[in-house]
Amino acid sequence: MPTELAVPEEVYPDHPMSGMLREDRFPHIWCPGCGLGTTLSGFVAGLKEAKVDPDKTCVVSGIGCAGRVAGYLAIDSFHTTHGRALPFATGLKLARPELTVTVFSGDGDLTAIGGNHFIHAARRNIDMTVICSNNFIYGMTGGQGGPTTPTSAHSTTTPYGCFEHPFSLPHLAAASGASYVARWTSLHVRRLSKAIAEAIAKPGFSFVEIISPCPTVYLRRNKLGDGLAMMNYFKEKSVISHGADPADVGISFGSEIKVGKFVDIDRAPHHVLMQEQLADILPPDAESTDVPEDEVIAQV
Amino acid sequence: MRERRPRVLTGEHFMNGDIAAAEGALAAGCTFFGGYPITPATEVAERMAERLPEVGGVYIQMEDELASMNAILGASWAGAKSMSSTSGPGFSLMMENFGLGVMLETPCVLVNVQRGGPSTGLPTLTGQADMMQARWGSHGDYEIIALCPASPQDCFDLTVTAFNLSEKYRVPVLLMSDEVSGHMMERVVIPPEDEIEVIDRKKFTGPREEYLPYKADDDLVPPMVAAGDGYRIHTTGLTHDERGYPAMSAEAHDVLVRRLCNKILHNIDDIAILEEHYLDDAEVVVVSYGISARISYRAVELAREAGIKCGMLRLVTVWPFPEQRIREIAGNINAFVVPEINLGQVVLEVERCAGGKAETHLVGNAGGHVILPTEILEAVKSAASGARQEVREPAYAD
Amino acid sequence: MDLWRRPLDADKVDVPRGQVFIVADRCKGCGFCTDFCPTDILEMSEEFNVKGYHYPAVVEGAECVNCKLCELLCPEFSIYSLDIVELARARELPVAEVRA
Repeated sequence: MPTELAVPEEVYPDHPMSGMLREDRFPHIWCPGCGLGTTLSGFVAGLKEAKVDPDKTCVVSGIGCAGRVAGYLAIDSFHTTHGRALPFATGLKLARPELTVTVFSGDGDLTAIGGNHFIHAARRNIDMTVICSNNFIYGMTGGQGGPTTPTSAHSTTTPYGCFEHPFSLPHLAAASGASYVARWTSLHVRRLSKAIAEAIAKPGFSFVEIISPCPTVYLRRNKLGDGLAMMNYFKEKSVISHGADPADVGISFGSEIKVGKFVDIDRAPHHVLMQEQLADILPPDAESTDVPEDEVIAQV
Repeated sequence: MRERRPRVLTGEHFMNGDIAAAEGALAAGCTFFGGYPITPATEVAERMAERLPEVGGVYIQMEDELASMNAILGASWAGAKSMSSTSGPGFSLMMENFGLGVMLETPCVLVNVQRGGPSTGLPTLTGQADMMQARWGSHGDYEIIALCPASPQDCFDLTVTAFNLSEKYRVPVLLMSDEVSGHMMERVVIPPEDEIEVIDRKKFTGPREEYLPYKADDDLVPPMVAAGDGYRIHTTGLTHDERGYPAMSAEAHDVLVRRLCNKILHNIDDIAILEEHYLDDAEVVVVSYGISARISYRAVELAREAGIKCGMLRLVTVWPFPEQRIREIAGNINAFVVPEINLGQVVLEVERCAGGKAETHLVGNAGGHVILPTEILEAVKSAASGARQEVREPAYAD
Repeated sequence: MDLWRRPLDADKVDVPRGQVFIVADRCKGCGFCTDFCPTDILEMSEEFNVKGYHYPAVVEGAECVNCKLCELLCPEFSIYSLDIVELARARELPVAEVRA
């Protein structure tokens, strides 16, 4: 029997995360057992833990199921085109460095069509936090293979089994120059929210990969059960490996999943390097008073 | 230490069109440039790389043109006036996200210094063959604004105008320059800062609960806010309602797309800039734009000297196309002559709007060199004598 | 939760108590909460919500320790818990009256 309350239902208290969610758009579009709802929950918890000012926090997303996250967050949110969340976020951050800029998108959006932007944003160490929900498939369009689809997995465009070698996203991020690289699964919701909080607090390009179930297409086509079954797979097969070499954390079909924080280095972010260089070569602007480096660079 | 030059370089300069465009952007208040090198537009980027740090702005060379287009949209949403520059191949790459700019109603300016195409084509030689692409390059129904400079001075002046129009109408505005205007060096006079009109986007300043990001005023333009202003907006490239939330229905789509188009079309009298000469008694009118217009002026003078009642209509604004004006003129004349450095693009619009009331003659070439005044004069003489021409015929002639 | 012996400081530690709230109509029956609740106090009920999914319910007599794992794991934001002492304070009610 449902829990009875001593107080009438009209005064049902709000969900603790209501303030950060666009509840007027619920129920959301994700399937039962999809990892995105949990990841969104972890993201909100991470934002709270990082103690960011929600008015100065933005999220930019691309296209795909993960791209829909932006639409449910009650902060400045931008649902842009496929693969182009990172350059859009770069423009936001550089034009207004005081913003906390986050990017939330999927594996295909960020590393297939968005691959070039991914490696350059990491190389430049743009100060932003990129959260990649990796479900090994292109979910929204019905289950096509993508750059993280494990070898031998089935998808609608790898109907005989994928014969390509997938990306290892932490490896890609680390090799491109990211200052913070972590991976968790959507089961590890507390750890992933902590990782997101750390990633946000850390200056520079922070990358958090979250392995997530896609029950409707990936799990079903590969006979891996439902969302709960995949969560239990995460429970069983995740191996916490803080400090592991990003080159060693690849995932293959049915393999263990190394999770944890792999990279945490100190490297000056792009906008700081730019400001430092200019301070060396240009005299102070006679018209303006001292502008702290976090202040708006330019605004209409 | 280097000297920090002012934002507005008031004075007389000897500079090329690309650099003048960059200076025009700075004068208009541009503080963000995200671009990629491409001949013959590279100088715009190089000048911005040098000058933006001096004015407290940001220059970033993005990894490709797709990134450039998106970076300038993001910067605009952070509140900055932003711009990029490119040529044909890069213009093609930018098209999807140019449409995103239109859909999100993002002010920004894009300079296309046209060259010979298609594909890699003639990187160092002129062309005007991207004009239809400027109008139709992205998918879907939409309207944009495109201005065509004919000199380095125009590159300065019209870039300022481009920024003002983009801010006023919350739409990406194109400066459709070309390699000749862009690389020609000429005298450019930059006025004092207080003599340059600068328009800023309408901003909403009321309480957060009352703000609807896509609820338009009577001019069909919604007031804008910036990320970080505390309005917690959501925007999406999907068809959206006044709240900015996705609205996946034909009805919502009709409302939005029509408003995006009407925002420009209903305001055409404010937007379109035309220069008219000798139209009162004209029997043949030369309709031209960009560098071809500059050359047309000479041709028109030659025609007049030869006793032909020739008039001139310069389209400083090619898009939105001044349909109404062409229809009016068509009723009073015998023929239009349209010189352009392509095999017939804007001439198709002229012919369409002429509606058969006047003949339409193209003076074109496939790209690589300007049309000569004598070529235009020949066409004017031919038109004046009543000869007919299939508009696209030069495309198939030897 | 099974403990192999009674903790030595059991007298000194105040085990939190939570009140579980379930927004039945948001639930899509994924089963994460019932499977992962550390104190096993949730089970899928026999009822259906408007969409036809079974939604969770607190097992009769079970006590929630307000760990909020269900709240974090739920993909639909349809289950959450609040500390009953704080809830009582907010409602200006005695703690005992807040619980079913």
